[in-house]
Amino acid sequence: MATLSGAQILIESLAREGAEFVFGYPGGVTLPVYDVLYSHPLRHVLVRHEQNAAFAAQGYARATGKAGVCMATSGPGATNLTTGLVDALMDSIPVVAITGQVPQALIGRDAFQEADTFGISRSATKHNYLVKDIGELAQTIHEAFYIATSGRPGPVLVDITKDVLIAAGPYSGTQRMEPLRGYRLKCEPDEESVERAVEFLWNADRPYIYAGGGVISSGASAELVRCSELLEAPLAHTVMGLGAMPTGHPNFISMLGMHGSYAANMGVTECDALVGIGVRFDDRVTGRLDRFAPNAKVLHVDIDAAEINKNRRADVGVVGDAKAVLRRLNARLEETRATLGRERRGARLAWMERIRRMKREHPFVYDRSGGDIKPQALMEKLDAISGGEAIVTVDVGQHQMWAAQYLRFNRPRLWQSSSGLGSMGFGVPAAVGAKFACPDRTVISIVGDGGFMMSMPELGTIATNRLPVKIIVMNNNTLGMVRQWQELFYDKRYSEVAIESFPDASLLAAAFGISGGSVTQPDDLDAALEHAFAEPGPYLLNVQVTPEECVYPMVPAGGAVDEMILQPDAEPAEAVVGD
Amino acid sequence: MTVHQLISLLVENKPGALMRVAGVLTSRGYNIESLTVARTLDPTLSAMTIVAQVGEQGRDLLIKQISRLVNVIKAVDLTDSRAVRRELALIKVYVEGDKRSSLLREAEIFRARVVDASPKAYTLEVTGSPDKLNALIGLLHAYGPIEMVRSGAMAMARAKQNKLPVPRYSEAYLSEP
Repeated sequence: MATLSGAQILIESLAREGAEFVFGYPGGVTLPVYDVLYSHPLRHVLVRHEQNAAFAAQGYARATGKAGVCMATSGPGATNLTTGLVDALMDSIPVVAITGQVPQALIGRDAFQEADTFGISRSATKHNYLVKDIGELAQTIHEAFYIATSGRPGPVLVDITKDVLIAAGPYSGTQRMEPLRGYRLKCEPDEESVERAVEFLWNADRPYIYAGGGVISSGASAELVRCSELLEAPLAHTVMGLGAMPTGHPNFISMLGMHGSYAANMGVTECDALVGIGVRFDDRVTGRLDRFAPNAKVLHVDIDAAEINKNRRADVGVVGDAKAVLRRLNARLEETRATLGRERRGARLAWMERIRRMKREHPFVYDRSGGDIKPQALMEKLDAISGGEAIVTVDVGQHQMWAAQYLRFNRPRLWQSSSGLGSMGFGVPAAVGAKFACPDRTVISIVGDGGFMMSMPELGTIATNRLPVKIIVMNNNTLGMVRQWQELFYDKRYSEVAIESFPDASLLAAAFGISGGSVTQPDDLDAALEHAFAEPGPYLLNVQVTPEECVYPMVPAGGAVDEMILQPDAEPAEAVVGD
Repeated sequence: MTVHQLISLLVENKPGALMRVAGVLTSRGYNIESLTVARTLDPTLSAMTIVAQVGEQGRDLLIKQISRLVNVIKAVDLTDSRAVRRELALIKVYVEGDKRSSLLREAEIFRARVVDASPKAYTLEVTGSPDKLNALIGLLHAYGPIEMVRSGAMAMARAKQNKLPVPRYSEAYLSEP
């Protein structure tokens, strides 16, 4: 058995877990680790802010399904990671965060760059560790990866004291993980709950599937599509679920919720059987909870038992991994299709036809008049460039919702959005992680001018690594979503939403040594985009769009989803139940 | 509407386990009325009893969210069960003169034992249901100023109703401090 330093054991254990990249930022107590990285094949990517290390690790994880790794020093390094960790927790993204801690002898004495990282990260992670014994280090790293990637994925933080990093200890490289007594995974569903689900589904006249991030993380897209086809049921997705079913599928009815499609929101209001798979009945989806799917019984599939009945009572709850559950369910649906499935097929087909008509008659629309570039037009052009195959990372706000509405995705793991926490500044660093993960895929980061200003330092990371990421700033010179709420609900009192002094994009890009440009006229947009995507390296394109545009449809916060505002000055839509 | 929820759980005896469990409650703004924790016959596990003021709607969710913590073996809700509940209190009553013998007679009714005596005060030890302790305190404070330390409630499900795994006795139990 070899004797290694704690820092070496850490890096060897990360490599043994299959880590390809560490997104990090060095500091005092992690010096021993960086000394090992100096001559180790494990690739470290130096970001420009620790928050972006966590977002980049997420970008890698969202693109690959494997755990992303980020690293920071003690104190401010660790506290800067926190937003990225809470973000990963909310969206169930596997991330392993390594932080250095001051030497044990100094803990609790307000040492330089000391922070209670273990305490601070408790509520920011799925699980966390403080390693004070070199004998536990390798085992802890293996546990961290296992917990981050299994069950409902999430971030795990390992805080390691500097004396452990320096100490020498035995390392065999063959450590096996001890079983975790309190961590039980339930991936395979109970047979009985599957049978209840089958009965539930064939008893429906108006079934409706609502799929979320759980489908993506379990890799259950094919099974989800098959389920929708077997049931001949429409399928809506959450903002996390985009890509679970190819956008072009005839059963696909886009996103539901606050900025969801007409068909998705009316459909969920009218359906009599709501099938939630890997979703959490989030308030941005349900709007007013007691008016959400008011005519429906609910079948809820989730790997986390705590999600069942959390927000909406489930008539049938199935605890299990989405892929395992859907496999069992699909097998039983196929077996019973010709018998149980025949009874209500007529009703189901009529329902599907009704939903498809809604989808045809009420697509996402916008007013194409006016002399400015419309943000939706920008999204349509980016969609044409992507063709449903590019990785698209977004920030949070209006551009995020327009991108979700207008861009197609032919497969899962292309769309990356800070959905639960809603962190501005996510898109650009996520694109960094995604591009490292998928160097052969086009990576577009669509961000607003506000969020871009939060993540701008990462232009340094992009420039240093010559990462051919295309950053498209949808610039309306305003914090658009806040402005939209002020317009609609605060009497147009536009308080502190103007983003002035936005830098000249070509000068800014040039200052980092990369290419960039701006476009303000609709007639120049095609050429500007063509130029941006023809450039072999990174490109920063600032697209000046009309500032007054609002995202529609919109369900006001706390409103019922069938009372969405479809367009400016329009009356809320009304659902005709049972038509 | 809030209720006093009685939660019994088994956790791994590891640093941070208490913080994680308490964190589920405090992050929701629930007030912890009492919390007791000590190792079980298997020294790698601890048994915890929590009484918390919880919204009636949130009871089931709370149990599930505690149960999913990596260090938690299992959590159960004993609020509506006929579990045995006990609490220990040490009560110091400042009393002098004639009233001292009458105090001892009343303490006897509650099976409270004198564990320390001085000319100015008695210290009593009493075990019982939280209600019994409250009743005794109601009586004692009529005698004079009192000081009190309570252990917080401990609960154990009745044999037929127990849903927690039973930790096995291990030799390590006696060798550990």
